[in-house]
Amino acid sequence: MSDVLERVKKIVVENLDVDGDKVVESASFIDDLGADSLDLVELVMAFEEEFNIEIPDDVQESIRTVGDAVTHIKAHI
Amino acid sequence: MSDRRVVITGIGIVSPLAFGREATWERLIEGKSGAGRIDTFDPEDMPCKIAFQVPWKSGRGGGEADPHAFDPEAFVSSKEMRRIDEFILYAIAAADEAVEDSGWKPEDDEGQERTGVMIGSGIGGLESIYQTAVTLHENGPRKVSPFFIPSALINLASGQVSIRHKFKGPNHSVVTACATGAHAIGDSARLIKYGDADVMLAGGSEAVIGRIGIAGFCAAKAMSTNFNDTPEKASRPYDKDRDGFVMGEGAAILVLEEYEHAKARGAKIYAEVSGYGLTGDAYHITAPAEGAEGGYRAMKMALKHSGIDPTEIDYVNAHGTSTPKGDEGEAGAVERAFGDHAKNMSMSSTKSAVGHLLGAAGAIESAFCALAIRDQVMPPTLNLDNPSFETVLDLIPHKAKKGRVRAAMSNSFGFGGTNASLVLKEVK
Repeated sequence: MSDVLERVKKIVVENLDVDGDKVVESASFIDDLGADSLDLVELVMAFEEEFNIEIPDDVQESIRTVGDAVTHIKAHI
Repeated sequence: MSDRRVVITGIGIVSPLAFGREATWERLIEGKSGAGRIDTFDPEDMPCKIAFQVPWKSGRGGGEADPHAFDPEAFVSSKEMRRIDEFILYAIAAADEAVEDSGWKPEDDEGQERTGVMIGSGIGGLESIYQTAVTLHENGPRKVSPFFIPSALINLASGQVSIRHKFKGPNHSVVTACATGAHAIGDSARLIKYGDADVMLAGGSEAVIGRIGIAGFCAAKAMSTNFNDTPEKASRPYDKDRDGFVMGEGAAILVLEEYEHAKARGAKIYAEVSGYGLTGDAYHITAPAEGAEGGYRAMKMALKHSGIDPTEIDYVNAHGTSTPKGDEGEAGAVERAFGDHAKNMSMSSTKSAVGHLLGAAGAIESAFCALAIRDQVMPPTLNLDNPSFETVLDLIPHKAKKGRVRAAMSNSFGFGGTNASLVLKEVK
């Protein structure tokens, strides 16, 4: 469980081409990490693939920060 | 039409010979060929196993150890790469080179708003569509990338280039098969003449050397199949052993600019785009009309608009795809269009060296015409060992030819019976 944040971080760094230091739990994908709405869709797809879960569309809307993603993933794996 | 004149002030090329305008041109004049066995997938089950691929720094397309290989990382990040089909990648790279060459990088609103983009493609993101169709079929809709549509849409080449350079003028795209690049240049020149823009990035891009693209053209019986073991011999326009075209890929983008605008900023000028003609065959979906009748009318129209005497045309860059029917028809139409002057003219098909770039063909061939005017040298028709017909035209077999090039014509004909002809002339 403890490595969820690390695995999320790795995906975010790869997908958004950002520095790992910026990928902290409070970071907003859009405001802090330069993502747009299409990037977010792709990120969620990558999370689904990595953790073998399905994140419903209405939940996707509420995932705004790295911490949001980690919390949701932890609750569903 | 207004008296605004349109000139070429920048050229960018990504070709099967090399990345870059000068490296491509130099190798073309040296008589090099960019052909090889396809290495982006295993072509063993294809009737045609060869193509003219862009040499990549990664080694693909014979690019290993080539100092002029294409390096995508010099243009886009790995993040951007996933958002774009390769035809957009080639367009971005060629546009960057063209802009750099022209020196036109407006930072003010007016300059940006008076600069437009019209880059076309014959088939656009065909490979992305194919790959996504496989993903959809095997894994369902949730696995389809959000970037699939914007990576495949043909006008996204113009879109991406405009975003990159902040060009806010007309943003348009052409889709007329193998005449795309020529139509983009001709139509862009008219936008400038009409006053809608002062500068246009115009050209074409294509990247369909994948399983679906090769299989499709093979099924249409359009491609060469007799030279799989000798790829460099396969594209042989006008030669009696020709048996179909060989696919190429890449992009060519020209910076077109209103003459006074170019002069005022002291820009280097390659040539003037002085004539443009466009017609339809209304005949057959893939075969050209008898005697290239539609092409003939496009040439006549381009000559008329150019305002020059036809005897000033010294060089024709032919459509010349190396198909049995098309080549002779076009040569006959050129003889007819120029009459007595034909015997003084030279005509070559550079598809013998770079292959058929489909939607980028008209653009790269217009670029070659501009460079022929700049350097007063005409590129050769490779592999023309035994012409299949008699002609008074000098088809420039094997070796480039030095000679006076006052004006040049570039012909492009596409599936659907669409024809475009451009006249470029020197600016004194």
